[in-house]
Amino acid sequence: MNVLWLQSAGCGGCTMSLLCAENPNVFDTLGDAGIRFLWHPSFSLETGAEARRILESVEAGETPLDVLCVEGSIVTGPRGTGKYHMLAGTGRSMLDWVQSLAPKARHVVAVGSCAAFGGITAAGGNPAGALGLQWDGTLEGGALPGAFRSASGLPVINVAGCPTHPAWVTETLLLLAGEAMSEGDLDPFRRPRFYADHLVHHGCTKNEFYEYKASARSLSEMGCMMEHLGCVGTQAVGDCNIRPWNGEGSCTRGGYPCIACTSPEFEEPNHPFTETPTIAGIPVGLPSDMPKAWFMALASLSKAATPKRIDVNAHSDRIRVAPTLRVKRK
Amino acid sequence: MSERQLLVGPFNRVEGDLEIRLDIEGGAVRAAYANSPLFRGFEMMLPGKDPRDALTLTPRICGICSISQSAAAAFALADAGRAEMPEQGALAASILHGVENMADHVTHFHLFFMPDFCRPSYAGRAWHQRALQRFTAMEGSAAKTMVEARARLLHIVGMLGGKWPHTLAIQPGGVTRAPDARDKVRIQTLLRAFRRFLETSLFGAPLEAFVGLSSLRDLDVWSTGDAGLFLEIAGDLDLASLGRGPGRYLSAGAYPMPSGRVSRAGVWQGGAVTAFDPAQIVEDVSHAWMLGGAAHPAQGVTAPDEEMREEAYSWCKAPRLGGQPVEVGALARQAVDGHPLAQALAAEGGVRARITGRLLEIARLQIWLEDWAARLDPAACFMGAWTLPEAGSGTGTGVGLVEAARGTLGHWLRIEGGKIASYQIVAPTTWNFSPRDAGGAAGPVEAALVGCPVGEAEDTPVSVQHVVRSFDPCMVCTVH
Repeated sequence: MNVLWLQSAGCGGCTMSLLCAENPNVFDTLGDAGIRFLWHPSFSLETGAEARRILESVEAGETPLDVLCVEGSIVTGPRGTGKYHMLAGTGRSMLDWVQSLAPKARHVVAVGSCAAFGGITAAGGNPAGALGLQWDGTLEGGALPGAFRSASGLPVINVAGCPTHPAWVTETLLLLAGEAMSEGDLDPFRRPRFYADHLVHHGCTKNEFYEYKASARSLSEMGCMMEHLGCVGTQAVGDCNIRPWNGEGSCTRGGYPCIACTSPEFEEPNHPFTETPTIAGIPVGLPSDMPKAWFMALASLSKAATPKRIDVNAHSDRIRVAPTLRVKRK
Repeated sequence: MSERQLLVGPFNRVEGDLEIRLDIEGGAVRAAYANSPLFRGFEMMLPGKDPRDALTLTPRICGICSISQSAAAAFALADAGRAEMPEQGALAASILHGVENMADHVTHFHLFFMPDFCRPSYAGRAWHQRALQRFTAMEGSAAKTMVEARARLLHIVGMLGGKWPHTLAIQPGGVTRAPDARDKVRIQTLLRAFRRFLETSLFGAPLEAFVGLSSLRDLDVWSTGDAGLFLEIAGDLDLASLGRGPGRYLSAGAYPMPSGRVSRAGVWQGGAVTAFDPAQIVEDVSHAWMLGGAAHPAQGVTAPDEEMREEAYSWCKAPRLGGQPVEVGALARQAVDGHPLAQALAAEGGVRARITGRLLEIARLQIWLEDWAARLDPAACFMGAWTLPEAGSGTGTGVGLVEAARGTLGHWLRIEGGKIASYQIVAPTTWNFSPRDAGGAAGPVEAALVGCPVGEAEDTPVSVQHVVRSFDPCMVCTVH
């Protein structure tokens, strides 16, 4: 299976994250499965005219294309021309190239939340007119129309995340190489369900604090960050705490909130990222699938029942009180 | 009149989008024009937002210099809020930042720069088979060893900072996670493993031996590891005299700690180091698709020229220091810091100097990282209290200057009514890949490309590629 990878208007961080793939390294993970890059902007030897010839050959249909991966949003500015991002050396906008190449591909994969939905590039009034490949935030229809289907019959596969976990990308490609991904394997935002059916909350090391609503009030405190610090791990999709990042990390393990970077429009939460908006002291965003009345009842009960250990540790930057040891009676 | 023009792009194995236009005359580059063909507008996204949001948004300017952007934002906010990181918080922040800079340097050498010597046009050279074996794109043995060593090294960021890239761990008051005793020994273990990679693969010798090189004569006899292979190639192709820059080097000083910056700040020119005065920075927009006039970043505006006027050719502004272009990066940092080999290389100023400067910094940075990790005190405080100018009435200004892998990075912030009123960024590659200024002075890479040999059959000259990649450009930071 061959892969053509284009970097559009993004930060390149999804490629940098991909290089963190392990067991085995990214080149062996993909190469051993017969997945090879026709061209990749960071990895391939070919540059300039050599790279243009590869793109032209795909566009002309001379080189069959299995997967088109696009990283970064597609910018349409100024005034719909796409000239804010010209593909160097070609005199054509990336918007034009992507619209031309996508129909040639058996599969189209949007790598990262920018390519999926517009992402960070669409923040703050979206000065460059950034779109996702097939979505504009939560709305279907981006650089490609909502009805677009690649040659395989699938819509654009949105491997959302900012950045993407390396395994989300490698495993999507591995599943495609094995003909093992169908439309039913994608969620309503067309994210692969193998990671999008989980919540960031699952496996969060702060779960005991969450259970008692023992909440951190400032960053560096160990408590749950949902109540005050903007954490939306109970609503955000991702297996970040099930198979962590860079060895054993995740945002919440690093001591800062989940900002739902796998979600469309996460870039504009309408409040500071590290502050939870509340109405009458109740967080506006409640855990997924939880009725508000139940949340309030459980929260008040669990707060009242918070053990001292959990209360003290929640407001400390390290464990101050250890769990009481259970001593077996003789 | 030039005999012909070449448009080189897409220019890959650089971070982001780059197009180089070349005027060719007499088999060499007569003039070069560097274009950053992507505009996103981060400086327009930030005004009106809560100042703390800069910590989430600005790292996402760049996936390869993400922690550098994060650190610059944190220091700018700390400056505006009169906050100071506790010593141990600064130490942890420096470890996070140092690990990213290290990962960037080894990525550049193994994946971006060296594969060019595998080109068929070099077949027959004494070193070509070894270059193929070690550095063939995506397959070379050194490339694979490096990506594994790099991924393991970044476990330090996973542990201390949650993930890489785009961590939110560095805050104006310190870091969000206090490492415990077990974290400390894991960090030290990971660093020892990385040293083994550097010493067996990249240098083929103890790091201290490379750091101990003090002259070009010393360097000429270095033959071990992939560093030795590079130096052999550099000698054969005379990379020492290819791609000389402006000869003025800037460093803001790397790794700010309460006790001072670990490497010195200053400007190196002609063998002498003078003080760096950030007030002398002006961003010229005469050849950028930007409206407005030249301004210091504290007064700067970002207004894209939607007409993309004819006389401009890039979305990159042209920063100048005291009216002159300067080169930034590892070579600049090491020369300004006073390392004797780096100073000799700064005078040499070409492709060999830039790559060797980076190798020297890799060796020194590893030793610094080991020292910082040893000094971590798990009992200490890693985050101090900090506040920002308050919503409604609060005003303030702040500057955050750090050294990213590719050179000096600055964030200039103004807060009014508790919100961001202005946010201007000057990134390393903005310096190195700036277009011409109003006086017609070319940017550093544009100047360095003049004289590059171009074969008659070449449409993507390999000499131009060596020079461009020797700067390790990061175009996504450049145009932010």
